Amino acid sequence: MPVIPVMIIAAFVLLALAAGRLSPADPYAQSLRARLAPPVWAADGSWAHPLGTDRLGRDLLSRIIFGARVSLTAGVVTVLLAGLVGAAVGLLAGYYRGRIGSLLMRLTDATLALPVILLALVLAVTAGPSFVNVVIAIGAILWARYARVVYGEVLALMERDFIAQARLTGCSDRRIILVHLLPNTLPSLLVLLSLQIGYVIIVEASLSFLGAGIPPPTPAWGSMIAEGRDYVASAWWVSFFPGLAILLVVLAFNLVGDWLRDELDPKLHHL
Amino acid sequence: MLRFVLARLSQSAITLLLFSVVIFGLARATGDPLTLVLPMVATEEDFANARRYLGLDRPLYAQYVTFVGRAATGDFGTSIRSRRPVVELLRERLPNSLALAAFSMAVSLLIAFPLGVLAAVRRGTALDSGAKVLATLGQSLPTFWVGIVLIEVVAGRLQWLPAGGSGSLAHYILPGFTLGWFVVAGLMRLLRSAMLEVLDAEYVTTARAKGASEVSVVWRHALRNALIPVVTFAGVYFAILVTSAIVVETVFAWPGMGRLAYEAITGRDFPVIQAVVLVTAAIVVTVNFAVDLLYAVIDPRIGLAS
Repeated sequence: MPVIPVMIIAAFVLLALAAGRLSPADPYAQSLRARLAPPVWAADGSWAHPLGTDRLGRDLLSRIIFGARVSLTAGVVTVLLAGLVGAAVGLLAGYYRGRIGSLLMRLTDATLALPVILLALVLAVTAGPSFVNVVIAIGAILWARYARVVYGEVLALMERDFIAQARLTGCSDRRIILVHLLPNTLPSLLVLLSLQIGYVIIVEASLSFLGAGIPPPTPAWGSMIAEGRDYVASAWWVSFFPGLAILLVVLAFNLVGDWLRDELDPKLHHL
Repeated sequence: MLRFVLARLSQSAITLLLFSVVIFGLARATGDPLTLVLPMVATEEDFANARRYLGLDRPLYAQYVTFVGRAATGDFGTSIRSRRPVVELLRERLPNSLALAAFSMAVSLLIAFPLGVLAAVRRGTALDSGAKVLATLGQSLPTFWVGIVLIEVVAGRLQWLPAGGSGSLAHYILPGFTLGWFVVAGLMRLLRSAMLEVLDAEYVTTARAKGASEVSVVWRHALRNALIPVVTFAGVYFAILVTSAIVVETVFAWPGMGRLAYEAITGRDFPVIQAVVLVTAAIVVTVNFAVDLLYAVIDPRIGLAS
């Protein structure tokens, strides 16, 4: 078990859950006197703002802690939503096959070819930037991955004896799908879920960076990096620390996902 | 073979049609585009005239058919912002995007190859896990952040390379590296598992038994066969690079399609948005189609009938 990545994830989950208690300051409180204050270890830094402040004098550490809420919620909710839809499509298409099955899989393949960031941008700009729209935009494309993987697994499972036996003993379609097929696809679903959380966090941050994600003043890591971009030469910390937070969380999720893949099924290296 | 090609072709066509519906729908679902074009003082009559002039008073399906018909012949209309034909803008920007994607692809292959082969040959060692972490790191870094850091350090403080724009080979290095590193992980993992499979194969054992040196076994006999999945997937990664370049192009002020899309989206320039998304989709679909064909040609085990 990758101890350090799991601990990193646990730490960020804790920060997100208890952001109100753990953050040293109000993430929205502006202070024009303390604009672009450097982190504590710099010559004129102070413990009042451990990681410094942004151009409006807001405490960076507090904004990063509250930003964990946005990123983690976006990652988990989007992935679960996409997983649910994708698993349903994959199970139905693999079980019924025929015309419905091939229609569903055509749709899946077509969706797989859609450029995620571009379409999410179009949706965010046309429907207005908001948390819900970000989740819908990414989820509307991501489900296809799950559908593809589950479909492949179901096709293989349908050839197995226990499905034929379940049919002989009079199991209903619903029972076969939910009790016999679904649990057998869970390992690969789980691997895919863990590998995609990091990806979703990056896409959400990219959208926020481009101004099509979480609207300000809500602290989101992507938009914080964008806000600090013009001050990189004089106040590098404004853009640097939110990026470091993204890197830590996404790397941790990816390493856990890699480990899960190797543990649960070595054949899954294509995911 | 013909049946296989036709089946794949029809699938590609369906994908593109789906795209066009989504794009058309999104563009119309956002309210009246005329409110963006006409001045505030325009009367009801002005709106009605403009609507008739632009064909917006016709039923939706008729508008859609016109849109698809024109798009198929390369007519994407006129940009609302620059008042220039969209095709002209695309002709300017598309080569830049493809060039950047090709450069990034070369960068990622250059990193992924030694890493993947070494990780497979030294499987289970510190080198193997080190290579994996390095590759996973690239996948975990937000490209826009890497770009900002590189611009500040390499272009700003060290003054080694230009910070943005295009023109010389030096301009390619920073955006190419930023974009390329992002897909190293996938390519490396693919190469590693393909190499592991091949290294266990009988012809590699035979080569060893014949007294071929380890270097020749790894780099000549094994690598050549491990390349098959990598070559085919390289196409998929190229498509990923073209489509995900929007962020990198924005950060590095690269005059490609990604930045065109970003400018169009922020300026609500719908004809341009539609065209960029459709062209991007067409690239992805074409690449996927080519990869499928290539795969079937290279590897005769793939059933052409399926």
